Amino acid sequence: MSLLHFIILLPFFAAIIIPYIYKKFNAKIHTGWFVVVIPLVILIHLALQIPNISTGDTILLSMPWIPSLGINFDIYVDGLALLFGLIISGIGTLVVFYSIFYMDKKREELHNFYVYLLLFMGAMLGLVVSDNVFVLYTLWELTSVSSFLLIAYWYERKKSRAGALKAMIITVFGGLAMLAGLILLTMITDTYSLREMFANVTLITESSLFIPAMVLILIGAFTKSAQYPFSIWLPDAMEAPTPISAYLHSATMVKAGIYLVARMTPIFGGNAAWFWMVGGIGVITLIYGSVRAVRQTDLKALLAFSTISQLGLIMSLLGVGSAALYFDIGDAQEIYAFAIFAALFHLFNHSTFKGALFMVVGIIDHETGTRDIRRLGGLMSIMPLTFTIALIGSLSMAGLPPFNGFLSKEMFFTGMLSASEISFFTLEELTILFPIIAWVASVFTFIYCLILLVRPFFGTFKPDKLPKEKIHEAPVGMLIPPAILGALVVLIFFFPNLLANYILKPALISVIPGMTMETVPFKITAWHGFQTELWMTIGVIVLGSILFVAIKKWNIAFRVYPDKLSLNYLYSNGIENLEQGSASFTNRYMTGSIRHYLLYIFVFIVLILGTALIVFDAITFDFSNNAYVTVYDIGILAAMVAATFTVLFTKNRITAIVALGAVGYLMVMLFVIFRAPDLAMTQMVVETATTVLFLLCFYHLPKLEKKIEKMKFKVTNLVVSLAVGVTMTVLTLVATGHQLFTPITTFFENAYELAGAKNIVNAILVDFRGFDTMLEIAVLLIAGIGVYTLVKLQHKGSDSDEAGTK
Amino acid sequence: MEYIILILAGILFATAIYNLLQKQLLRIIIGTVLLSHGAHLVILTMGKLKRGQPPILDDAVTDYTDPLPQALILTSIVISFGITSLLLVLAYRTAQENKTDNIEEMRGEPNE
Repeated sequence: MSLLHFIILLPFFAAIIIPYIYKKFNAKIHTGWFVVVIPLVILIHLALQIPNISTGDTILLSMPWIPSLGINFDIYVDGLALLFGLIISGIGTLVVFYSIFYMDKKREELHNFYVYLLLFMGAMLGLVVSDNVFVLYTLWELTSVSSFLLIAYWYERKKSRAGALKAMIITVFGGLAMLAGLILLTMITDTYSLREMFANVTLITESSLFIPAMVLILIGAFTKSAQYPFSIWLPDAMEAPTPISAYLHSATMVKAGIYLVARMTPIFGGNAAWFWMVGGIGVITLIYGSVRAVRQTDLKALLAFSTISQLGLIMSLLGVGSAALYFDIGDAQEIYAFAIFAALFHLFNHSTFKGALFMVVGIIDHETGTRDIRRLGGLMSIMPLTFTIALIGSLSMAGLPPFNGFLSKEMFFTGMLSASEISFFTLEELTILFPIIAWVASVFTFIYCLILLVRPFFGTFKPDKLPKEKIHEAPVGMLIPPAILGALVVLIFFFPNLLANYILKPALISVIPGMTMETVPFKITAWHGFQTELWMTIGVIVLGSILFVAIKKWNIAFRVYPDKLSLNYLYSNGIENLEQGSASFTNRYMTGSIRHYLLYIFVFIVLILGTALIVFDAITFDFSNNAYVTVYDIGILAAMVAATFTVLFTKNRITAIVALGAVGYLMVMLFVIFRAPDLAMTQMVVETATTVLFLLCFYHLPKLEKKIEKMKFKVTNLVVSLAVGVTMTVLTLVATGHQLFTPITTFFENAYELAGAKNIVNAILVDFRGFDTMLEIAVLLIAGIGVYTLVKLQHKGSDSDEAGTK
Repeated sequence: MEYIILILAGILFATAIYNLLQKQLLRIIIGTVLLSHGAHLVILTMGKLKRGQPPILDDAVTDYTDPLPQALILTSIVISFGITSLLLVLAYRTAQENKTDNIEEMRGEPNE
């Protein structure tokens, strides 16, 4: 275990200790102060790796976990992993810091909160640095589980529990699909290491499992990253405490899917199916999220849909950029690699401004008691600092200068425009849709960004509508983390290439393996002349402003859209139907009636045996070796059949019992004519005892039981019992005609020499096979004890009338 | 002879199962008894019928019927007797407690 392993696993170790610290110190010091050290240490340690990684180096460290299965916790840190690691630990530090002021130390169960948060942080960090696909999957699911715990942090609320369950079902569904995809990959390449898979790309590309593996892995990535149509869990996950929404549902967990797509691009990229699935789903999610966001009245729901939309943006860029792998090194590759570059840049930018915006919303919620934009307004002069941060965040998200969102939005348009020129994949005519959808979605993005900014902060202040009375600026501690993020937003605009050179370029070369640090030419410039991208941005601003002013006029159009077509309706209706369907299916055959279960059993016996007999063409009879028949035999047999039918047809219980006794005694006769004296004697005694018991139990039952009842005739019963009888007869007839081996009977004729007995059957019972007899005695003993207990242990109920029946 | 006995065993099976599918407890137990009779007959027939003398050693006899199936049936008779008696007492007690011997009426509470 190396130092880096220790650093990555640090959150897990801390999660063990935190409850003790909470118990000891929480009365005086907020537990968050102890927690905040951990992401800070990780951030510093990872930041120290930047000089190494930025030269194009990678770090590979191994730690055995299950070496016999080839599953090891191998850490592979390249530019991509480092980019994510920095986001996770950096935003993690700020979020924990923010939560110290957001979460009340007296009212909240902070030990739970920080343990879940640390578990999540450790899982997420491990996920991005893991080289082994199974470790990656394990940590992937751990992020789902810890996210589930965090969403339902206020578990006494019904909506929290519902949101957590939904997120769990959807992300675990995707996780399992991803596991299947990863297993397919390991089957093709015969390795669990991602690096070795990259080395065997041609093997994967030529495999027939290429498409299934790709689709399954993409389902995992799409569910985690809330892509259409799996996006429905994200708005409901907003029931979590705001620091969690800021951390998990904007900056880190939802980017796990982005990470997976970027990670897998070297394997699947350069392929039309990948291009269309990632790029296509990306733009659909982009437009879906931005249009839905405009409708929301809850600030967090608005941010949730905006996250969905922005994730779609990044995903579509990754899809377009994957075309770079279609080319060898050259200008054509550079055009599409630029889209990946834009994706990584926007990924970073989104984490900064979305984190800041969530924290701003948290502050508004914390200080006013509501997040409903219909009740908020005029907060600008009351919360000037919060307003400044909100201004930076939302304008950056809208894509305006001088904020980093402007840069990445311009690059996004460049990427989408290059997508429209693709002429080497199938369905190439459709690629013209990419820039159009992107532009329309940007207009909506601009509108909801303005809503986010204008509705709470401008207009009239409505103190009577707010739950809290004294509204004032948030404490400094709550403002510091969003202020740092806001400062980053501005700084990146002015010095984008610092970020690009040290972090984004190494990340790019790990997505496109053909490139090296020397060949990556990209430089981010804020001003690049009057090009199409700039005109598109101006268009967005103009149209967006017009639509925002006129929002009340066209907003009604959303109401036309029926709720029954919404994804949420489909999901909850689907779950309900599934539950009802399985319940009614089970109730249909699990009737509780023994007769039905017996019917199933007998029908299957007949089906299986009958099919076997017919399929193997086994029905051949051989009667040549049969024994002779005498008149006595016929008489006994006829009597037996008569007795059996009497049992069947009689109405009277007594007659049935006596006829059953007759069958038993006729069995004695059969044993006599078949030369089995011991059997005859035993059968006689047993039959007598059985008949007596029958009479005891059924003749001396309470009065109400003594009625005479004919058996009800049912055709199914008749058919099934006849079928079983015929099947068994045929089967035994077939079997008796064949003798595969000579019997070992002659051995038992040594009974006298070996056992000193003249009765061979008795010698077998007590000597040759005495073990059977011993256990048969045990059976009788147990039956005897059972009978005794049943008779003796009476139900001591409250009703006194039963006491008399003892 | 064998095929006649096996047809008889088949009749026993058919009637046994017809009884098992009824709803009175008595009929069900009668079904189990008939079923074991049928099974014993099948075991006996599989060991060949009427081929020699009873399996008691005697210097004058050289051909004995197969003693092994007889030993197996003897074990089986005793075991089925044990089970039948337990079933009978169980049925008796069940009918006594529930005031009915109709198996369709013996239902637990839902979600019990």
